[in-house]
Amino acid sequence: MRVLARPPFFKRFAGVALIVAALLAVAIGSAFADEAKVAIDNFTFVPDTITVKPGTTVTFENRDDIPHLIVDTAGKFRSKALDTNDTFSVKFDAPGEFSYFCALHPHMTGKVIVAP
Amino acid sequence: MAQDDKDGIDRRGALECMIWAGTGVLWTLSGGVPKSALIGSAHAAQSGFSFLQISDSHVGFDKPANPNALGTLNEAIDKILAMPAGPAFMIHTGDISHLSKPKQFDDADQAIARAKLDVHYVPGEHDVIDENNGKAYLERYGKNAKGAGWYAFDQAGVHFIGLVNVVNLKAGGMGNLGDEQLAWLADDLKDKSASTPIVVFAHIPLWTIAPEWGWGTEDSAKALALLSRFGSVTVLNGHIHQLMQKVEGAVSFYTARSTAFPQPAPGTAPAPGPMLVPAGDLRKYLGVRAVAFHQGAEPLAVTDAALAQ
Repeated sequence: MRVLARPPFFKRFAGVALIVAALLAVAIGSAFADEAKVAIDNFTFVPDTITVKPGTTVTFENRDDIPHLIVDTAGKFRSKALDTNDTFSVKFDAPGEFSYFCALHPHMTGKVIVAP
Repeated sequence: MAQDDKDGIDRRGALECMIWAGTGVLWTLSGGVPKSALIGSAHAAQSGFSFLQISDSHVGFDKPANPNALGTLNEAIDKILAMPAGPAFMIHTGDISHLSKPKQFDDADQAIARAKLDVHYVPGEHDVIDENNGKAYLERYGKNAKGAGWYAFDQAGVHFIGLVNVVNLKAGGMGNLGDEQLAWLADDLKDKSASTPIVVFAHIPLWTIAPEWGWGTEDSAKALALLSRFGSVTVLNGHIHQLMQKVEGAVSFYTARSTAFPQPAPGTAPAPGPMLVPAGDLRKYLGVRAVAFHQGAEPLAVTDAALAQ
């Protein structure tokens, strides 16, 4: 996060500058906080349950030497076939619980919980 | 065993063997109990017909367990070409490709075509992960098939049924046949006499081997119920990349080796992925299968041969 210094000789604009700085800090802070990662290791989603805020992008990364394919059980998202080191990202805007599984190995299941 | 005019188990028992250069594993039934025996060198093939099963070629796989899956598929075809007795056709029980990519299917087709045999395919889960969810497979291999690629054909009085259990899989589940396919199967079988020998082939095993690894088919019991009145049913599967066998009444189940890489036995590893073995040993874990049928109420003789001893 960037920290903005307020130049002391612009006291007249100090209030405006502070508000701008605060907004900028919030914007930049949000950009760094709205990402989450799920790894696939040994036919397991790690972690198999994550909780994120609305607007978060979750990125899945396949670390197995066999492909996997991520499918939402409600059909809202579906990846391509992910080979080793391939990634798949989904942005979760709405709150809710999203159960997913691997279409190649359906015993692999996981969940994304989106809560404010 | 089902009582019908096909009672061949406890006769003197003609063993149907393939001429084989090298050792193979021959599965036979004796009194309803499976036995395996190493067969040495040549047995003359009896009259009747034989066919081959290959499985899990995973063309395109290039990770440490086997950096050249296409190469070992070609070696398997070389082994088939070296067999003196001519099989009638070949069955491929799926995972032809590793990622359903056109080049992988092309390369597999080119290698398999060297055997100069008719080939009957069923898809594995690796064959239906193109962007159109299985259309790539159907366009190549599903010309006379229904649904996701199921079909049946006859050869010398034996009825062959190719089933698809790798689509519409449900979270937390195993393989799946689905109601549409089961209805088709019921219709396909309804006019057949109980003495018709049946061979069923599908990718994922039709009996439950390891549910925590997805090694089984959720609704296979429904299919097996339809098959229960037949006196001789042979089920050929792949998916698990190792030999397993089970007999239940008149139904004999066999899983095949892969031509690409082995997988661990259930309970011996945290996951069912590719199993790394010393490079010099890889070909002991890969193989092809010959199945011989002799008219006259004998069970099918299934012979497995590894690519190396």
